[in-house]
Amino acid sequence: MTKVFTRPEALNDVELHYCPGCTHGIIHRLVAEAIDELGIIGQTIGVASVGCSVFSYNYFGCDMEQAAHGRAPAVATGIKRALPDRVVFTYQGDGDLAAIGTAETVHAASRGENITVIFVNNGVYGMTGGQMAPTTLAGQVTQTSPYGRDVKTQGYPLRVCELLAQTEGAAFLARTAVDNVKHIREAKAAIKKAFTYQLEGRGFSLVEVLSACPTYWALPPAEAMKRLGGEVLDYYPLGVYKDKGAETDEK
Amino acid sequence: MAKVTFREDRCKGCELCTTVCPKHIVQMAKDRLNKKGFHPAEVVKQEECIGCAFCATICPDTVIEVEK
Ligand SMILES: Cc1ncc(C[n+]2csc(CCOP(=O)(O)OP(=O)(O)O)c2C)c(N)n1
Ligand code: SF4
Ligand code: SF4
Ligand code: SF4
Ligand SMILES: [Mg+2]
Repeated sequence: MTKVFTRPEALNDVELHYCPGCTHGIIHRLVAEAIDELGIIGQTIGVASVGCSVFSYNYFGCDMEQAAHGRAPAVATGIKRALPDRVVFTYQGDGDLAAIGTAETVHAASRGENITVIFVNNGVYGMTGGQMAPTTLAGQVTQTSPYGRDVKTQGYPLRVCELLAQTEGAAFLARTAVDNVKHIREAKAAIKKAFTYQLEGRGFSLVEVLSACPTYWALPPAEAMKRLGGEVLDYYPLGVYKDKGAETDEK
Repeated sequence: MAKVTFREDRCKGCELCTTVCPKHIVQMAKDRLNKKGFHPAEVVKQEECIGCAFCATICPDTVIEVEK
């Protein structure tokens, strides 16, 4: 008998602190599997952000740095420019990336910074207790939108891939999800592709992973996965929003 | 023949693995608690496992190993 599924080496053999059914754990494993399959653990540097995933620096087996809230793309920029032969990625939540860190995200993409962003969109601020995020769906109840997000006063949920697709420097942008096995496998393929593009020096890459926060969605994990595959995917269509490789390779 | 192994002490009882098994042979062990205090997931009818690794793929805590 041979092992067909086991813990990737790039994911340290430690307990994750996440809530039961939190999809951060799945996404950590996918990033680690991509690192293993590309054989880049010795040359990869990750940048942890501020959010539930702040301790990701304890979980990934590669070198890790920790950035102030929202600043991970700026820190990654510095690391990548000083050490251009390294594969540099950030791991950021939606509060981190699409609220306080919007400027860093947009400008890193616009500069075509040769880094990879793993963007975990669960539609809430998990770490601080489930407040509304820029990505929270219209009508969604959170700690700071107890009657549901009212777009008249609180604005519309931000679609990050669509926004960044307009930047010249972005080489690869994809939105994926982890609500079922098929989507999980597609998410991993997208992460691997993003790392590959970085190795090829193509520029900025971002993989958005639509995720569940069962705790602050106040749903059992299996129900949270259903909501993710339903109304969340309806508002945030899966797909590739930019692929410079496909564009240039075709010509 | 395929085999799944659950590292029970790492299980958080989220039940996600039970929702994806095409053979419906993964269930929660209601007769015991692990050291975290959760009912862990377990496989019943191991011989029916096809080694698809769906259960392991969706597990957020890398509790499950699959051999074929
Ligand atoms: C400068 C600063 N402002 C605010 C905070 C409080 N804070 C910590 S985490 C967080 C948001 C986390 O949400 P997200 O990035 O979506 O990650 P999640 O926990 O949902 O995975 C906020 C606002 C902080 N730590 N630093
Ligand atoms: S609060 Fe939400 S995002 Fe944070 S660990 Fe718990 S389930 Fe995951
Ligand atoms: S490997 Fe497939 S068939 Fe076997 S227990 Fe897991 S999900 Fe079920
Ligand atoms: S998915 Fe993993 S953590 Fe959740 S019940 Fe199954 S084995 Fe336990
Ligand atoms: Mg979040």
